[in-house]
Amino acid sequence: MIFTIATRELRALFLSPLAWTILAVVQVILAFLFLGRIELVQLYQARLAAMESAPGITEIIVPDLLGNAAIVLLLVTPLLTMRLVAEERRNRTLALLFSAPISMTEIVLGKFAGILLFLLLLLAMLALMPLSLLLGGALDWGLFFSGLLGLALLLAGFAAVGLFMSTLTQHPAVAAIATFGALLLFWILDWSGQGGATVFAYLSLFNHYKPFLEGVFDSADAVYHALLITTFLVLSIRRLDVDRLGG
Amino acid sequence: MSDAVLVEVSHVSRFYGALAAVRDVSFTIHRGEVLGFLGPNGAGKTTTMQIISGNLAPSSGSVTIAGHDLLADPRAAKAELGYLPESPPLYRELTVDEYLDYCAALNRIPRGQRAQARATAKEKCGLHDAGRRLIGNLSKGFQQRVGIAQAIIHMPAVVILDEPTVGLDPIQIREIRALIRELGKTHGVILSTHILPEVQAVCDHVQIIHKGALVLHERIEGLARRVKSATLAVAFRAAPDPALIERLPGVHKVESDGAGRLRVFHEPGQDPAEAIVRLAAEKCWGIYEIAPERASLEQLFVELTGGEPAAAEAAT
Repeated sequence: MIFTIATRELRALFLSPLAWTILAVVQVILAFLFLGRIELVQLYQARLAAMESAPGITEIIVPDLLGNAAIVLLLVTPLLTMRLVAEERRNRTLALLFSAPISMTEIVLGKFAGILLFLLLLLAMLALMPLSLLLGGALDWGLFFSGLLGLALLLAGFAAVGLFMSTLTQHPAVAAIATFGALLLFWILDWSGQGGATVFAYLSLFNHYKPFLEGVFDSADAVYHALLITTFLVLSIRRLDVDRLGG
Repeated sequence: MSDAVLVEVSHVSRFYGALAAVRDVSFTIHRGEVLGFLGPNGAGKTTTMQIISGNLAPSSGSVTIAGHDLLADPRAAKAELGYLPESPPLYRELTVDEYLDYCAALNRIPRGQRAQARATAKEKCGLHDAGRRLIGNLSKGFQQRVGIAQAIIHMPAVVILDEPTVGLDPIQIREIRALIRELGKTHGVILSTHILPEVQAVCDHVQIIHKGALVLHERIEGLARRVKSATLAVAFRAAPDPALIERLPGVHKVESDGAGRLRVFHEPGQDPAEAIVRLAAEKCWGIYEIAPERASLEQLFVELTGGEPAAAEAAT
């Protein structure tokens, strides 16, 4: 049942020009950044070769690319998630889901899975760029996959927040702005702290993403993302239930 | 036709803050019944239907669908339920076939039977040629049909239709009514509308809700008994003084249109027809037409809701 809803969400995305546009724009921007990094490697090739323990090509390219990808997707994910529930509420199609023999949990998980599939597709296309380097060299697989895993977790978190914001309103634009605001806030939380050890810094999304880029898989970071996702999914379910109970 | 109870609504109330949208409503629907659900605008029709369809939780009371409590066991109850809301819940970017397949999947029809279920639903709603068209490009009438197809695709025991004939042309209305009658043979149907002739045409039970409370639940045939006065339509060549007729025994009220036609409201069972004819012959009024008017639902509706007849007429 979750799968049924997820595939419809995915199909709805691809039936509108939105998904294609997003895929294309994100790919172009990230390709530009990727090529910039390649150029950098070429420029300093000689100097790198002379260094004692020079950073590998993966280390130069992948963390930077994925770091930028996170920022770009922070801007883009709200556009993908804004319609999830808000548009159904606006078009009054929610009744179809509510009067079918499915639970709120299945509805929410289905919608979440649909968006997640799309984001993973985006991620796969993004991964193709560093993979193309295999044509002329080797990659540090550990660093590469840890970075991708980090980005996947981050995107799942984005999607969960976006889904929740979408359940709050019937205007997709409002959902998009709220999601963007919430994500940006989560991202920059640590800017306020003086040292690095404040509560805010600990809550910051960015601080739990960075270790993945450096190739460090800390289970605490993974748990942080899992908790964030679960929290917002549960909130979404509660919110839809309230829809039915409240007025 | 078995008369198993399909829907049992007992003491359902729903409050929006202090406002009671629905107050202590109870009724049952048996298999093979078509229940017409009437009420002025804002009387609580849609709220009640949303509650029965599981889209809205009642503040108190319980709803049982085909033996399953809607609140305690929503999945089993909703599997026996098809609902067409006021505005059909359609995804405009899908084709009719894609949409109906999705609905079939949502209603847990096994994969192998979906094509069959879709074909049957399309056949019943006259959609055979529309399968590959985008829902967004269909006319309002066809969209309405897709909405109905969606509600019956899983052959639910109970079908709830909220104003299914709004926006349709007369021929489509006839087809949809025939479809509803057809559905009524094997399912239990709840039909909300404010088109009164529609109720007389397709329903076998009528229920009127007013200000959140049920004021009538009656079989169509039983309606006549409920009407407080019966009516005679009389036409004269020479218009008489209505006061003369008003004096006859059993007559409540006489309405004149000024051109010789009168409507005589009288006590049921005390038919003044003979007396009027005798009087007309004596006074040479030139009576050329006299006929009892069928106890109309409209009359009853206006009596029970104390409302403006204009509202009822505007709907027809």
